[in-house]
Amino acid sequence: MSVPLLVFIACGALAILGAIGLILAREPVHSALSLILVMIALAVLYLLLGAAFIAAIQILVYGGAIMVLFVFVIMLLNAGEEVRTNLSHLARWAGIPLAVFFLLEVAYSMVREYGSRAAMAAGGSAAAPVPASTTELSLKLFTDFVLPFELTSILILIAVLGAIVLAKKES
Amino acid sequence: MVPISYYIILSAVLFGLGVIGFVFKRNIITIFMSIELMLNAVNLAFVAFSREFNQLDGLVFVFFVIVVAAAEAAVGLAIVMVIARNRKSLNVEDVNLLKF
Repeated sequence: MSVPLLVFIACGALAILGAIGLILAREPVHSALSLILVMIALAVLYLLLGAAFIAAIQILVYGGAIMVLFVFVIMLLNAGEEVRTNLSHLARWAGIPLAVFFLLEVAYSMVREYGSRAAMAAGGSAAAPVPASTTELSLKLFTDFVLPFELTSILILIAVLGAIVLAKKES
Repeated sequence: MVPISYYIILSAVLFGLGVIGFVFKRNIITIFMSIELMLNAVNLAFVAFSREFNQLDGLVFVFFVIVVAAAEAAVGLAIVMVIARNRKSLNVEDVNLLKF
């Protein structure tokens, strides 16, 4: 078993455990800490995939900024233990079969796709993927995607204004 | 090298857990965190496919998803605070004005 596979299994298991912890925890703070665990595990997986810049902003923006905001709001609102309720009829009779169907469909398409890929790799000469460098990524971002990039600045400005307007006390 | 199908299966499992959290949790903040979990699962699929097909467009999309998630978290948490202030509760079942 190679080292990348071992790292993948360790981080994937951590991510799934964190996601299960997010669902099972009753205190919102514990859910938030589990989600931070998921994000750090995903950042390691991005490094494994050769996307160093994405791994960095995953930790900085997701693990740092967004989760700090979540924990801050949990503390501010003094969120306590959540009340459990029964499964609704919709969830019991439609949701669970649909979830099983969704997972089966994904598994089927994965198996089919993986089979065709293996056959293709055996037949043709697939180019070995190179790690995506930050230079190439930023070149792409500031040439092909420069308009969406500039538009996100307006989006963030509107988000800041909206947050201020919503959170303001009514006079 | 780890096969891409492993990453996609992990991404699907994380997305499914996010959906389960979104449906079953009753706390507004935790529901919001489940949405973030789903966004993260989609990001993982984007990065894995970007690596597999040797194209950078997937990484640019992940960048934009993270930016939009940050904006969404700011506005969404402000809405959560307003709801908590008006309803004095974080349970979604107390927010039923538009419920069918």
